[in-house]
Amino acid sequence: MPELGRAALVATLGLVLYAVVAGGAAAWTRRRRLAASAQNALVGAFATTLVASGVLLAALVRNDFSFVYVAQNTSRELPTGYTISAFWGGQEGSLLLWLLILTGYAATAVFLNRRRARDLIVWVVPVLGAVALFFAFLVVVVATPFAVQTAPVDGAGLNPSLQNPYMLAHPPMLYLGYVGLTVPFAFAMGALLARRTDERWIVATRRWTLVAWTALGVGQLLGAHWAYEEVGWGGYYAWDPVENAALMPWLAATAFLHSVMIQEKRGMLRVWNVLLVVLAFSLSLFGTFLTRSGILSSIHSFTESSIGPWFLGFICVVVFSSLALVFARLPLLRARTRLESLVSREATFLYNNLLLIALTLTILWGVAYPILHEAVVGESRIVGAGYYNFFLRVFGLPLLLLMGIGPLVAWRRASLRSLGVTFAWPAGLALLAGAVLLALGAGSSIPGLVAYTFSAFVLGSIALEFVRGTRARRALAGGSWPGAFSALVARNRRRYGGYVVHAAIVMLAIGVAGSSAYDTVGEGKLVRGESLAVGDYRLTYRALDEREAANATELRAVLDVERGGEPLGTVAAGKNAYTAERQVSNEVGIRSDLVTGEDLFVIAEQVNPDGSVYLRVFVKPLVNVIWLAGLVFLLGALITLWPDAREQRRLAVRYGDARAPTSA
Amino acid sequence: MSVALLLGAVLAAACVVLVALPYLREPVAERDALDEPGELERRQLELAEVRDRALGALKELEFDHRTGKVSDEDYRTLVGPLRREAAAALKALEPRAGSSARVKADRSG
Repeated sequence: MPELGRAALVATLGLVLYAVVAGGAAAWTRRRRLAASAQNALVGAFATTLVASGVLLAALVRNDFSFVYVAQNTSRELPTGYTISAFWGGQEGSLLLWLLILTGYAATAVFLNRRRARDLIVWVVPVLGAVALFFAFLVVVVATPFAVQTAPVDGAGLNPSLQNPYMLAHPPMLYLGYVGLTVPFAFAMGALLARRTDERWIVATRRWTLVAWTALGVGQLLGAHWAYEEVGWGGYYAWDPVENAALMPWLAATAFLHSVMIQEKRGMLRVWNVLLVVLAFSLSLFGTFLTRSGILSSIHSFTESSIGPWFLGFICVVVFSSLALVFARLPLLRARTRLESLVSREATFLYNNLLLIALTLTILWGVAYPILHEAVVGESRIVGAGYYNFFLRVFGLPLLLLMGIGPLVAWRRASLRSLGVTFAWPAGLALLAGAVLLALGAGSSIPGLVAYTFSAFVLGSIALEFVRGTRARRALAGGSWPGAFSALVARNRRRYGGYVVHAAIVMLAIGVAGSSAYDTVGEGKLVRGESLAVGDYRLTYRALDEREAANATELRAVLDVERGGEPLGTVAAGKNAYTAERQVSNEVGIRSDLVTGEDLFVIAEQVNPDGSVYLRVFVKPLVNVIWLAGLVFLLGALITLWPDAREQRRLAVRYGDARAPTSA
Repeated sequence: MSVALLLGAVLAAACVVLVALPYLREPVAERDALDEPGELERRQLELAEVRDRALGALKELEFDHRTGKVSDEDYRTLVGPLRREAAAALKALEPRAGSSARVKADRSG
């Protein structure tokens, strides 16, 4: 039924166009029914996009190769899970997913805020509609997923590197994050257009930003795990532009989530917050542009790409029009309070923001420079990992330290005596950890040692916050220690959920430092019966197994593993030869030690016709702490996101009071 | 007529009905102007935000003092201005006779 899919997308295009035109007219002329009609159009656009997505999904599941998209991205032998994931495996499908999530978010956000922020919503609708209009235009006119052909016997199959369980979740999570940043952007622009720069746009979008930020964070970790397992080069993050594309908006959103607290608590940084929202949204568009325009292959492929120039034009329109709007509304955004002291919680948040944005812009330059160089000079350039690692240390290590300092400093100002008391324990713990690690030989990597020392400081300060808070809560309300602890967290979910997220970031730092600064590498060619020693491990090549899977021939070198003379079982690494796709992929072997968090990571670089194999082996200490950090990150985000009845009551009183009779 | 064509027509009709719904429900509106908050309501919202900010800061200061993060000396310096700020916002938000009518008049423009 490609006709139904096309008709549904044309309906989406018409509805979002109506939402822009009628919504804009309603906001301008203040007409109530027209505004409600425009809101309904956004809801309808979600429904029609859902229908179009259903048509594509049905075509994928039915292997209907009369759809060009289905024939290009699946084959008959492809397992069902990957057939479904082919929805976002190609350009047209992923753009449709963008549109589906966007219209879904838009309909939900408008519905949830239709009463509390009614005067903002009338302006938010045309902004959301305008973003949706661009993506609807792309999938209707430029890159339709419903192009048809005479059905071939079989499809071309899915890129083998995408045939991994992590690919079922990684792209949708990233898209939930990218697209989610549209909501705070639309509310910020709506507030500026409506000249309503009170805190309602922040209240309305706080959770949306958190959801988008959490999805981007989890999506990146899933992507890192996919790269670790599937790409087969021995790492999980290569500073690839596609990876950076997701990191940049996440960093900008992280800065926003911190600076918005300064606006809520002190009424400061109002211009900065709006600019951060614009930056985060623009970077999310830029990320999609990088992955979808072909510009990363070469400028040539970009100019030949169907969507690249459209995307670039849209990003320019978004950036220039939002900056012009912010500039026009500057008088409304003036702060009413000033920073009282450079030693205060808000000041540490400000430092954190400056470092996060410096890191974001550094990465942006690293991504943009090769593209600009090729466009201007005509030669391609590569910005290597050395550039990014240098700036990660320069900005990342102070950021890590600030995560420990911030919670220990009071709002407004803190005296040296207070700081001395609160810093004593975490600083002592950090120095002790540093000294012990130095004695154990961690001084072989100075950045690694510094990262671990700072991590100990942050963990110490977080633990101290929980202990002191629980003690104070117990002194105030009595009861048991666990009861006081849960009451503490429940009464201030944002603060303590945030601390859990900080602990996750520290775990990430520990895992990254351990696996990159203290790893061991070995390589060699082995024939059956020969051994290779790497670190404490010894691997003996036992057999070469061949197996026919559903859509590939799997070849595996089976290796016996010993550590310190003790047998630990086997690990298998090899290659998959995909029949329909006519491609070969590296399939690594990983043996995880869940007690120490260490991985033995084996790549079969070559499997020779004589049965010998060329192996590359890594021992990666603490790498599993990175994946554990993902779970802790999710837990912290959920605590922060969990609905807080007390806060809802407080907000209800606030907005109720604003409508109640008072003195002028 | 194919099934796809029929479903497409149904979809298009449903979209038109959904968009026209506010006008179908209320063909002739007595008042079609958006509920526009006036200057007075904006001022009240601003005061309510100032009040909440000051009360929140006071609560946080008390807790930080209790946990030992804020010293007695810092507490004494900070608590006074915060209390005055909260009191001023609360006083400004106190209801007075006749102001209800002013809000209504202000909102209707």
